[in-house]
Amino acid sequence: MRGTSLFLLSVSAAVLAGNAPACAAWQPQKPIEFVATAGPGGGTDNIARAVQNIITKYKLTDQPIVVVNKAGGSGAEGYVYGKASAGDPYKVIFGTSNAWQQPLVSKVAFNYTDLTPIAAMAQDEFLLWVKQDSPYKTAGDYLKAAASGDFKMGGAQSKDTDEVLTRMIEKAGHVKLTYIPFKSGAETAVQLAGGHLDSHVNNPSESIGQWRGGTQRPLCVFSPKRLPQGAKVTATEGWSDVPTCVEQGLDIKQYEQPRTVWLPGKVTPDQAAYYVDLMKKVQATPEWKDYIEKSSQIDTFLTGAEFDKFIKEDLEHLRQVASEQGWLVK
Amino acid sequence: MDNLSELFHGFTIAVTVPHLALMVVGVLLGILVGVLPGLGAPNGVSLLLPLTFGMQPVSAIILLSSMYWGALFGGSVTSILFNIPGEPSSVATTFDGYPMARDGRPTTALATAFGSAAFGALIGVILITFLASWVAQVALAFGPPEYFAVYFLAFASFVGMGGAAPIKTVVALAIGFAIAAIGIDTVSGSVRLTMGIDELVKGVNFVVAVMGLFGIGELLVAVEEEFHARAVSSRIDWREVFRAVGRLPRHGVALLRSAAIGCWMGITPGGPTAASFMSYGIARRFSRRGRYFGTGEVEGIISPETADHAAGTSALLPMLSLGIPGSATAAVMMGGLMIWGLNPGPMLFVDQKDFVWGLIASMYVGNIVAVALVLLTVPVFAALMRIPFVIIAPLIVIICVVGAYSVSNSYLDVVMMLGFGIVGYLFKKLFYPLAPLVLAIVIGDKAEDAFRQSMLMSKGSLGIFFANKLVTCLVVAGIALLLLPLVLQLARPFRKTASPDADTPAQEKVII
Repeated sequence: MRGTSLFLLSVSAAVLAGNAPACAAWQPQKPIEFVATAGPGGGTDNIARAVQNIITKYKLTDQPIVVVNKAGGSGAEGYVYGKASAGDPYKVIFGTSNAWQQPLVSKVAFNYTDLTPIAAMAQDEFLLWVKQDSPYKTAGDYLKAAASGDFKMGGAQSKDTDEVLTRMIEKAGHVKLTYIPFKSGAETAVQLAGGHLDSHVNNPSESIGQWRGGTQRPLCVFSPKRLPQGAKVTATEGWSDVPTCVEQGLDIKQYEQPRTVWLPGKVTPDQAAYYVDLMKKVQATPEWKDYIEKSSQIDTFLTGAEFDKFIKEDLEHLRQVASEQGWLVK
Repeated sequence: MDNLSELFHGFTIAVTVPHLALMVVGVLLGILVGVLPGLGAPNGVSLLLPLTFGMQPVSAIILLSSMYWGALFGGSVTSILFNIPGEPSSVATTFDGYPMARDGRPTTALATAFGSAAFGALIGVILITFLASWVAQVALAFGPPEYFAVYFLAFASFVGMGGAAPIKTVVALAIGFAIAAIGIDTVSGSVRLTMGIDELVKGVNFVVAVMGLFGIGELLVAVEEEFHARAVSSRIDWREVFRAVGRLPRHGVALLRSAAIGCWMGITPGGPTAASFMSYGIARRFSRRGRYFGTGEVEGIISPETADHAAGTSALLPMLSLGIPGSATAAVMMGGLMIWGLNPGPMLFVDQKDFVWGLIASMYVGNIVAVALVLLTVPVFAALMRIPFVIIAPLIVIICVVGAYSVSNSYLDVVMMLGFGIVGYLFKKLFYPLAPLVLAIVIGDKAEDAFRQSMLMSKGSLGIFFANKLVTCLVVAGIALLLLPLVLQLARPFRKTASPDADTPAQEKVII
């Protein structure tokens, strides 16, 4: 009796579980467009394509997925497109924190509130990089030398994550740096290798090749604790060997860039829930782990209230830096 | 000679039946996407990219790079036949390629273009083979002031001469710079010149501008003129393909000069577009028949095509050795490298020898496959010219509209493309030159970024452009090229007085 009822229960549970998505939740009925707010080959493009591949491989949806790049205006093109597609659940926008940062500092025609947040799926770390043969061994050495006032810090885009971090370093380290914006982190890395800059704050994936090749090396990572143990990058060192900046007397505890996923505004909660669920399934696959490891990012999954809280905190912090620098748009 | 043995090892990887098959498939797909404007090599490669994830990295890169070669060749086809360049780098090919095709010699124009392109690519690969490490070092020496100096050189070599009145050239340049400024500015991060249209934040795409200026603009002019409206009765002759290729060595100087310019610009990395414009500009100045450029001169096709392919090929080197893509397509391939688990950068040559040398060997073989296939298609493409204007004109409109829309699935782009068509028409009617306008649209914002980055670095002092030997040489060469026509003009009254009027008709036609 007991066995039977248990059996029945499990059968009904299985049936329920099997049917649940079909009868209750929203399902896509036509092809889905993944909008990468970066050009082909950029970090945001890579994540969109990684997610696309995983979904296709595991057949997580029957509908085909196409990735389109809308990289214009530092990604603004993609967000504006998302805003214009209000109510369309077949456009998924992949971006970064510039969804809420950009509207604060330049007159772009969107705000993150025009979009429906789905999740933040990975965190990219920032490190302080110098040229391989530069004399500085620690962040402390670097700051001492930078006190001379003619250090050049490179970064991707203007008034974006890299420049915000540069201004934070100036403040925490009591130095003045000349910030020089380039189009991308890759370009910045090459400029440092050529000795045209003194430092930059690239993400791990943007400079791993140069580190291995011995043209530049990280001084410290802007993270509360050291990065997880992984394969060695150079002959002797790996990411976990890089000290945190706090350890070295540069008091910036944490600075990260989330990879974010959005739907256009005015979609139904059902539709949003479908994509949250889809992204969760993607994250559970070994291919995702592989992608995270290869791109040297930190796995994370923020959604709903947590994601909201993250945005609010980040925005508050940015507003402070931006108002000190006089960047806020009226 | 180390490199040579590595190369032979590479050939053993590249020359296998499956890899040769991949090359043929890649090249054919490439020609297809190259011929369809708006699709283009970067889009084609990104469409193909997901298919390669299951492959060996070396097979995958052979497939993608073959597609790249095919698309580079294919891009010249529409430039020559319909005056619609599919890629920024084939704009300069339209200047003489299209007039020659209209003149009833499409076979010659296409075969010349393909032959010289193959020569340029070959020189590019040879350079990569033997000077890989040196080239990587040269590229590292380029900071913002050097970049600006290279762009300046490109502008200088193209401006300051030609048939159009200098003031008209300046006006065209200024309009081009203004168009290039639309969108978000890299250096200040602010939004510029969007005129209240939210979508313009993305800036003006090159393909949209060029399809309007050249494709639609030419069409509007043609509608007016009976000469254009008739079909070209071109004789399709297989032998002409080989004759045209056989005539190439006669233009040895132009070939070598253009290949050198192309390699230099590919490495530095000014890119294929700047290279083709610069090569065309310099050829026009130094060629004995320079004054006929723009009317269907053979060297006017050879120069941009050779430089374009030499630069396109050598641009792959900075991508592999430094991780900076020299072109949009190279950027997509670089994304592919990362997905296959390879990190572009200096260590690639040490860690992934099979991959690197397999790729380099495949560049030799792939280009030979590409040129063979593409020469076979010449008569087919040339036959398109026989189609009467009343049929081909609507087709061109459709191609332009679809092409503009497919750039980023945006209706605004179609409207802008048509607007550019009217601009192109007005430019032609008023004898304003289109080339400076296009050049400014393509590299204007890059030149601006480099200039302002330099100013940030030097805290506002122009001395940074004379701070080291490299940048001083580039800037001085640029200034010399700018002043040369002025000096020649001043010198002319003393030297020559005969037949000043004989030039005028040719001069008028030269405005491009």
